[in-house]
Amino acid sequence: METIAHTATHDMAHQADHSEHHHEHPKLSFIEKYVFSMDHKIISKQFLFTAMFMALAAAIMSTLFRLQLGWPGHSFPVMHYFLGDKWAKGGILDPNMYLGLVTIHGTIMVFFLLTGGLSGTFANLLIPLQVGARDMASPFLNMLSYWFFLLASFIMFISLFVETGPASAGWTVYPPLSALPQAIPGSGSGMTLWLVSIALFVVSSLLGGLNYIVTVLNLRTKGMKMTRLPLTVWALLITAVLGVLSFPVLFGAAILLIFDRTFGTSFYLSDIYIGGQALSQTGGSPILFEHLFWFLGHPEVYIVIMPAFGIISEVMSVNARKPIFGYRAMIGSMLAIAFLAFIVWGHHMFASGMNPFLGSVFVFTTLLIAIPSAIKAFNYITTLWKGNIHFNPQMLFVIGAVSTFISGGLTGIILADSALDLAVHGTYFVVAHFHIVMGLSAVLAMFGGVYHWFPKMFGRYMNKKLGYWHFWTTFICAYGVFLPMHFVGLAGVPRRYFNNDLYPAFEKLQHLNVIISVFAIVGVLAQVIFFINFFYSMFNGPKSEQNPWHSNTLEWTTPIVPEHGNWPGPLPVVHRWAYDYSKPGKDVDFIPQTVPMEEGEMDEGEHV
Amino acid sequence: MIKLLVYLAVVLALILVFQLIRIYQLSAELKGKHVGKADDSNNRSQGLLMLLFAFAFFACLIWLLFDVRGKMLPPAASDVGETSDNVFLFNWVIIFIVFFITTFLLFYFGFRYKKQKNTKAYFYPHNDKLELIWTVVPSIALAVIIIYGLSLWAKMTGTPDPKAMVIQLYAKQFDWTVRYAGDDNVLGKTDYRLIDDASNNTVGMDSTDASGWDDIMVKGEFHIPVNTPIVFKCNAREVMHGAYFPHFREQINCVPGITTDMHFTATITTDSMRKITHDTAFDYILLCNRVCGSGHYNMPMKVVVDSPDEFKKWMAKQHPFFTHLYDMHHKQAVATAMK
Repeated sequence: METIAHTATHDMAHQADHSEHHHEHPKLSFIEKYVFSMDHKIISKQFLFTAMFMALAAAIMSTLFRLQLGWPGHSFPVMHYFLGDKWAKGGILDPNMYLGLVTIHGTIMVFFLLTGGLSGTFANLLIPLQVGARDMASPFLNMLSYWFFLLASFIMFISLFVETGPASAGWTVYPPLSALPQAIPGSGSGMTLWLVSIALFVVSSLLGGLNYIVTVLNLRTKGMKMTRLPLTVWALLITAVLGVLSFPVLFGAAILLIFDRTFGTSFYLSDIYIGGQALSQTGGSPILFEHLFWFLGHPEVYIVIMPAFGIISEVMSVNARKPIFGYRAMIGSMLAIAFLAFIVWGHHMFASGMNPFLGSVFVFTTLLIAIPSAIKAFNYITTLWKGNIHFNPQMLFVIGAVSTFISGGLTGIILADSALDLAVHGTYFVVAHFHIVMGLSAVLAMFGGVYHWFPKMFGRYMNKKLGYWHFWTTFICAYGVFLPMHFVGLAGVPRRYFNNDLYPAFEKLQHLNVIISVFAIVGVLAQVIFFINFFYSMFNGPKSEQNPWHSNTLEWTTPIVPEHGNWPGPLPVVHRWAYDYSKPGKDVDFIPQTVPMEEGEMDEGEHV
Repeated sequence: MIKLLVYLAVVLALILVFQLIRIYQLSAELKGKHVGKADDSNNRSQGLLMLLFAFAFFACLIWLLFDVRGKMLPPAASDVGETSDNVFLFNWVIIFIVFFITTFLLFYFGFRYKKQKNTKAYFYPHNDKLELIWTVVPSIALAVIIIYGLSLWAKMTGTPDPKAMVIQLYAKQFDWTVRYAGDDNVLGKTDYRLIDDASNNTVGMDSTDASGWDDIMVKGEFHIPVNTPIVFKCNAREVMHGAYFPHFREQINCVPGITTDMHFTATITTDSMRKITHDTAFDYILLCNRVCGSGHYNMPMKVVVDSPDEFKKWMAKQHPFFTHLYDMHHKQAVATAMK
């Protein structure tokens, strides 16, 4: 019924189309509309709010362990305030809790903020709106996806409060450490909750991912060919495919670990002597877990960074008033990265003692990824070249994200080189590398996305002045933390060390640790600016116009705050790609996708 | 009570901030300015900040490079480490060149192409030639990086010298035990069921295997001779540990249930390194680099690289773990030789 031919007009004033297509909705109760909602836009906000809460918790954790690392052994009342007598007696952090904080900080940031939060928010918001669909293919599964996510978040959060402490074996939870409560208290019920939470998270991710894929493939509106999709949708589609193919492996790994922990199997355990006795398990291999974990773990970092690529492409193009440079190359490079993402996991395991020939293969495939990544960076820079840049806050964030992607990507060349990796594997060099390339790029892009699509979510603008302050404090602090951290790592300081008291050589770099901690704490405090701006603007910000950033994509053709169903009239029809900005010979510097092609006009998305 | 007052103060502060934003917003609207969308003056100031940031960023990086001089690891003290440092340097040169150029362009373009009155963007959707260039050039650079890196990897992981000295690194929570293979250069069999800390059988040595009778176990610190190839056989007792020698640029995980190995030749004695670093307290260390529990940070082991003579002297002072079995065997061997 959506295929009724009609001519789309420039401003898509659909309100007039009611007679032609009346989309009647029964009145929904508050619970149906805002709590158990099946509207992708509400679900997107639910993901965003949950992720913001989790990220806040994880950020506070980072300030706590940074206090310890900057000023080891000092007493801090704030430590005692959050952790109490058990874990911070006299305001001094307990070494077990230190590992717990590091572990849960990583887990939340990687899974709950940058996977669930990033994909959940933007795939839900943008896929239906940008492909021209009324909702996801299965709104019900979509709702389930959120509720599994919330349940997983809840369980992860309460795992902080169990008596033996949260999971403490690092976010990679390598067994045997994570399998044996005798080895570390966090491997008791804290670890059980971690595994349950992650298993539920995988369910959420699969329900969401399948939905995203089906929606993009099947529910595109008339005229929306794959080659006319905005890069956001391409990125979110590829992300979903990666997730669907790799998350089940993590699920398997987690189940086997549960078996080893609970039922006495020995998938990962062999020849272990602990607590004065020899365990009966034999024949298993912890390396198996590493393989299974990183078979998800590596695609996972692209699950994190791909949506960021999409947001960067879209926001940068809109604010530079230029088409994204090399649209086809951007898609091609994302596909190449996605393919390679599945055959590089071994570069996390160069120190595991695996077959050296296999190691060489992983070096080769890993460094291959640098090629499509370089293409992306060059294309972004060229998109800025001769642009007409509007420095809305989101533009600052995406430029910042490209900067961190470059800085962090380049140090990846060293870590991908197995022989060099052995010199710095497991040190702060690695921590600095992945925080910059994956953490910062994705977080900055996510902020950019929030500023950019805030008017679509809430019908209001965010305050730009606060946005500028938020960006510069965040960006400067981010580099302030992770730039010096490279040197700490190059000096050989291993990560997850509670203090360096026994290592006089490392003490020489303690001033860098102080600098890092100061920037980290200021950087976390700077997020208060964002939270204030967000919640203030949600209710009191200036009202948005129909198309606030003069974008071409379909989400801006809906009413300012769309109801369930998105378009009150028939679905829009697409006639061109999403990047006709500043096309020569036109009066305005943007041509929405719904504007028909003029005689003799070429669609740049179609070029061969 | 004080807590309550603090909470109250926070709430009031938030309300104050909200009101201030509202006043700012109203006054801006009165002046006809938009508080959500950037105008030309924002573009000017933010564009300038982009450029300033780029320079400040580079300045900080250069300051850091100067600041850490002399505080980093000294020159590599092993054969593979020396090559490793060269490969590092080669990669750093490429990385820094690319970093400075791309980062500068990124921020400079932000500054140069900000929207001002009457500015326009140039419609430039693609350029196949340009894209081909920046696909091919990185590919060539990466090919060189891969080949150079893998040549070192082959050396690191290739077959060790058959005459290399065999040493076991055994990790447990939270210390190291080092076992020398003794006169026969063969490590005796072990079994984790034979571990008995009460009788100091830390690694679970099997007394029925004669090749282990001459094995020597040490803790606290261990010595290796300079310019002698060494193979380390690594094991762990209960969880994974990581045997990391930052000064030799080498590491490998110690995994319960399997034996991993690494090999290298130390090239600089501790004494010489003390002269190089002008630090009389300098010592090589072995440390754990795979999180292994609450004492993970607390298990360094001192490594001493001796001249061959010093090493022999040190070794002569050590005793095999199965002293009586060794002595018996030794006497028999001497007796056989006498006959």
